[in-house]
Amino acid sequence: MVWQKHDYEDIPGTYVFNGERSHSGYNLNKMAFSFNHEANRKEFAADMDAYCRKYNLSDEQREAVLAGDFLKLLHLGGNVYYLAKIAIFHGLTVQDAGASFQGITTAEFKKKLEDNAEGFQEALKKRGGFWHG
Amino acid sequence: MAKIIGGITTSHIPAIGNAMASKLENDPYWKRFFDGYEPVKAWLEEVKPDVAIIVYNDHGLNFFLNTVPTFALGCADEYHNDDEGWGIPTTASFKGDAQFSWHLAESLINQNFDLTTCQEMKVDHGCVVPMSLMWRHLPEWPCKLIPLAVNTVQHPLPSAQRCYDLGKALRKAIESYPEDTKVVIFGTGGLSHQLQGERAGIIDVEFDMECMEYIVNDPDKMTAFSNTEIMEKAGTEGIEVIMWMVMRGALAPNVNVLHKHYHAPISNTGAGVLLLTDAKD
Ligand SMILES: [Fe+2]
Repeated sequence: MVWQKHDYEDIPGTYVFNGERSHSGYNLNKMAFSFNHEANRKEFAADMDAYCRKYNLSDEQREAVLAGDFLKLLHLGGNVYYLAKIAIFHGLTVQDAGASFQGITTAEFKKKLEDNAEGFQEALKKRGGFWHG
Repeated sequence: MAKIIGGITTSHIPAIGNAMASKLENDPYWKRFFDGYEPVKAWLEEVKPDVAIIVYNDHGLNFFLNTVPTFALGCADEYHNDDEGWGIPTTASFKGDAQFSWHLAESLINQNFDLTTCQEMKVDHGCVVPMSLMWRHLPEWPCKLIPLAVNTVQHPLPSAQRCYDLGKALRKAIESYPEDTKVVIFGTGGLSHQLQGERAGIIDVEFDMECMEYIVNDPDKMTAFSNTEIMEKAGTEGIEVIMWMVMRGALAPNVNVLHKHYHAPISNTGAGVLLLTDAKD
């Protein structure tokens, strides 16, 4: 029994959510999916540890949920869309989580996005045909 | 006979939904992004489609990881948005067209696209944000909705080629429906963004512009990309661009570009808008 290897595993800093990750993160993501219901969010907020145990998270997963360690949760099979449903309990958005994955502040993360898009209007003009208002 | 009157592409990220709910359209951060939709809204006002087919992916509202269909078609008379867990406001429900959907399902399955049919299907921000971008200024949704969900969440995903071919089959399916129905098809998601990992936050403006160019004029260059190549350039969530290929496949080989808009960053994303119609020849 072996998990198949994929060429995308060479992309740095990236955890492509595939069968292997989905298998290892199943209970964690299932717990996050339950947060679509308000009653479950309330139950989780009242006793996070007990709620994690109810969904049979591993000790590592449970500790990472309680600590709000989202990089760890990615390593442990969390899917980013499901982690967003957990992040909200730590008062975090997807952008906050994006920052925490690389150990920078949210302001630094937003700056990175701006830097990556820097000069895009010039690039559009060069290529032509784009709407400019 | 039913007819495709145009194809539209748009991002569908929740941040856009939140911005609309908070009426931030004129906020300096958002203004250029939202202004770029006005020509598309004006065109829709003019052509008045009867049905919008929205190609999108579910992010954990209707489909959990217990069951992940590669392609799933809504075949219901109505669709509801619902609580996604992190506070995006829920929208009004949508009217479907079950007869048309079942015709599409039958035609597509006969063309060897073995998709999943859904008689109950909650539609998440991926579907609802595009609808709101186009029609939130109206008191009710002006056309029916047929949601077509593509798995872009749990790999293996379908390839860009497979999505393009699905679009071609969808065109045949639409054009073989006997009712006079005007259809507009939306490819949603993308462009470049990565939400996860140490590499989160990448935006590749050059690649996004290249994708838009290929999708308009040279879709075979787009289908030549493997999903790994797209993720290397556009990020793990940028892979959503494969859903634009379903829209492109449903249009004629040559298209007119009625509108082309790009803005970055919007939240974590490079946001591209296209409005395409069939060229005459
Ligand atoms: Fe998405």
